[in-house]
Amino acid sequence: MRNLFVGLLVMCLFVLGFGVITVGAQEVTWTCPEGFEGQELNIFNWATYIDEEAIPRFEELCGVTINYTTYSSNEEMIARLRQGNPGFDIVVPSGAVIPVMVADGLLEELDGQDLPNFVHVAEQFVDPDYDPGNTYTVPYQWGTVGIAYNKNAVGDAELTSWEDVFNYDGNVAWLEDQRAMLGVALQILGFDPNTHNLDEIEQARDFLLENGDNVVRIAEDDGQEMLLAGEADVIVEYNGDVFQIIFECECDDYAFITPEEGTNVWVDNLAIPTGAQNPELARVFIDYMLDPVVGAANSNYIAYASPNQTAIDEGLIDEELLTNPFIYPTEEELEKMFFILEDPDTEQLYSDAWDELSVLIGG
Amino acid sequence: MVSTIETRPKKKTHGLLLALPGIFWLVFFFMLPLIIILALSIMTPSRGGIGGDVPLTLDNYDDAFGGVYFRVIEQSLITALTTTVICLIIGYPLAFFIATQKRPFMKQMGLFLVILPFWTNFLVRTYAMRTILGQQGPINAVLLNLGLIDEPVRMLNTQYAVIAGLVYGFLPFMVLPIYATVEKFNFSLVEAAHDLGANDWHAFRRVILPLTLPGVVAGVLLVFIPSIGAFVTPDLLGGTDGFMLGNLIQRQFRGSGGNWPRGSAISIVMMVLVSASVFIYLRWGERED
Amino acid sequence: MAQQTLTQKTTHPPATFNHSKIQRDLFIRRVGKVGLLINPLVSYFFLWAPIVVLIIFSFNDAGGVTQWRGFTTKWYTNIFNNALTAGSGSASFTTELLLQSVKNSMIVSISATVISTIIGTMLALSLARGRYPGKDYLDTILYLPVVIPEITQGISLLVFFNILFRWLEPVGINLRPGFGTIIIAHVAFNISFVTIVVRARLADMNPRLEEAARDLGANEWQTFWRITFPLIAPGILAGALLAFTLSLDDFVVTFFTTGIGNDTLTIFVYGMLKQRVPPEINAISTIMLLVSTILVGLSLMLQGRSVNQSRIKQ
Repeated sequence: MRNLFVGLLVMCLFVLGFGVITVGAQEVTWTCPEGFEGQELNIFNWATYIDEEAIPRFEELCGVTINYTTYSSNEEMIARLRQGNPGFDIVVPSGAVIPVMVADGLLEELDGQDLPNFVHVAEQFVDPDYDPGNTYTVPYQWGTVGIAYNKNAVGDAELTSWEDVFNYDGNVAWLEDQRAMLGVALQILGFDPNTHNLDEIEQARDFLLENGDNVVRIAEDDGQEMLLAGEADVIVEYNGDVFQIIFECECDDYAFITPEEGTNVWVDNLAIPTGAQNPELARVFIDYMLDPVVGAANSNYIAYASPNQTAIDEGLIDEELLTNPFIYPTEEELEKMFFILEDPDTEQLYSDAWDELSVLIGG
Repeated sequence: MVSTIETRPKKKTHGLLLALPGIFWLVFFFMLPLIIILALSIMTPSRGGIGGDVPLTLDNYDDAFGGVYFRVIEQSLITALTTTVICLIIGYPLAFFIATQKRPFMKQMGLFLVILPFWTNFLVRTYAMRTILGQQGPINAVLLNLGLIDEPVRMLNTQYAVIAGLVYGFLPFMVLPIYATVEKFNFSLVEAAHDLGANDWHAFRRVILPLTLPGVVAGVLLVFIPSIGAFVTPDLLGGTDGFMLGNLIQRQFRGSGGNWPRGSAISIVMMVLVSASVFIYLRWGERED
Repeated sequence: MAQQTLTQKTTHPPATFNHSKIQRDLFIRRVGKVGLLINPLVSYFFLWAPIVVLIIFSFNDAGGVTQWRGFTTKWYTNIFNNALTAGSGSASFTTELLLQSVKNSMIVSISATVISTIIGTMLALSLARGRYPGKDYLDTILYLPVVIPEITQGISLLVFFNILFRWLEPVGINLRPGFGTIIIAHVAFNISFVTIVVRARLADMNPRLEEAARDLGANEWQTFWRITFPLIAPGILAGALLAFTLSLDDFVVTFFTTGIGNDTLTIFVYGMLKQRVPPEINAISTIMLLVSTILVGLSLMLQGRSVNQSRIKQ
């Protein structure tokens, strides 16, 4: 009698597990391969960078436990891995740093194109320069670095450029993304944002220092919270993070713009670090995130641009996001933006320049 | 085990066995790591900055003292000293007040009220501080409502916020040792001073202060040491102008800097600063004796 | 006591009578008195204001700490519900992580307290009663954890474990940072504090009591458990309490020695401060404050009683 009861309960859970999981109107049809029940997966991702539902759903579908840890810059993540991977199975590096990570042996081969859901990846993200053949990575989201401001605080001054940020009379927060910030300065000064020339890097540092008197904080990927709390009127942030608060507050207080001078555009990727404890389950998770329904729900939640062509074609991505030129910039806008490519030989030059800037700025 | 504490005059050593686990722990998990840091500080950073290599070099110390990083040493010293002085100014009268309460219950309550806030989590307290100092926090709200200011004042993300946070965090370390010395103080000495014509100020300067000085010095050290090495408080409350040694070191190990030898050298410099202050304390103690 | 002596003083006229001097002295006294009254008020306000804000906002409907939007107890019910349904799908993800971190904090603090109290007490006994070469050096080393900044301890342990684990890897021993490393690190700084507190208690103890016990025929084991231990027990308890507090409150050393999936409360809150603080934090802090108030109150009562008892015994 008791066994029967337990059996019924298990069946109920089974039905619940496979039938009821939907995202908005869409049903999640992705099924977990068997044999992972009871296992653990350690994810190391950027802060505010995943759909809150995505993790418990995966835990339920596969019967696994996820340990979720966040970081706020590529450099922080790489520093952690270089000290010896403490057990992370998944990391989310930007394309810019992948050659360095591969050269340092920090990533495990993934053969991304073999994943069942890789077919959904948009053409321009297949076989990227930073990872030929998708040997180590598959694309996760892409986006830009831009400027957000509190409309009430800046008054009539409509900000459109980096120069406006530099000249703003009030509290400004920059972004703890050394290559993007130095890249912006290099671009404005007319240099290559990926220059190997120490003199140019130092000029960029000095340029930022000269223009950084109004900076109250270099925010570690949490500038949007400073904007919300009124601690800064103008912030430099990743576009999606800003749109998360714009959509959440349902108000007309905040604006995001892509600066006239151009800015940094990036692609973040899912990868398996060397020393991962459970690379098989990591592969399953990566495939799960590539599923159009799951991927679309994720992009809709975190307000970044999706590299998932199927999700876009099937109308799974919110129209509001797709038509937003700050989330999906036009070709013309993209022309003005720069990609970063970290080089092992110049890595230290940039991080020294940024370290010095962090010390000297303000005060 | 316990037998070893027994007095056995014939044996040269006794009680050593009891100390062994403690010695092992302190040597292995305290001294050895510090020695490794010392060694790292004179090495060349290996690729990516994680770890050190030959050749040996003093460049890291050159980095720490020369150029931009010296500013951080300077700023940390100023912040830590200011914090210590404010703690002393607030803490001494407070400790005096508690220790001179007549009823034991009031004494205990006085101490209780100083210590109890510290039973909430340190990070949560810092977070509460952040709320209070914020642009939309209660201080600004009160000032705005009173019409004293027209727009919120920026208190968060400044060096002042860091000092406020440090004072808040370390005030009990100042109060407790001073309390202990004032409590033991024999107030008939004050009476004697008054009989000899001293007023309250002179009695305080010449009698009370010198005799409670050990507590003051202990309090100063207990506040100064954690202040100079602070990392969370400047990280969460200070913005660009609250940057301290702790932040610099953190960047070299966990943040974006990634340069172990440099971080080690800066740590060693900080340890030297702390040791110097302890040394001065010990010398002072000798002179007092 | 001070006021008592000060008021008595006025009955003794100073040797030289000078009107303006008395005026001045009275002024000084008034300033001193007012100062001694205002300072504690301001200080207590300063110490308690953040705590009070925290408690008030734990009942705030708005969730944030910036605006008040009406009274609610939902954050408390959230915590209790999540505590009851932990692990099931109905619990909110963040609240579950929060509760998990409280649990992790307890695991770390309790383990570190037990280990460091045992080792520290042994060390204190050895230092107070033993005689062996190098004891003075040991004494100096003992004070190192007290005077060396936490961040130096943190990074040195980070580097140490890193190197150790890297050396052990080729031998086939695969270790990762986790509860083990955090607890080892906490014990490393706790031992000193426990030892110092217990030794102070031992120094206050009359050694003749132990001698007397032995004269009466007790062996060492009996002497320790019947005489020494009961007398230093309050010291051991105080040391353990201090160790527990330090451990529970530690952020810096934990930050540099933690692994994955064992975030303590401090680490969790730090992470949240970099994103968005869940409103349950206020509620859980209020609960923790309440619990610790009760614990501290109880321990004060116990201590008061044992102090009285030991006075009677002596």
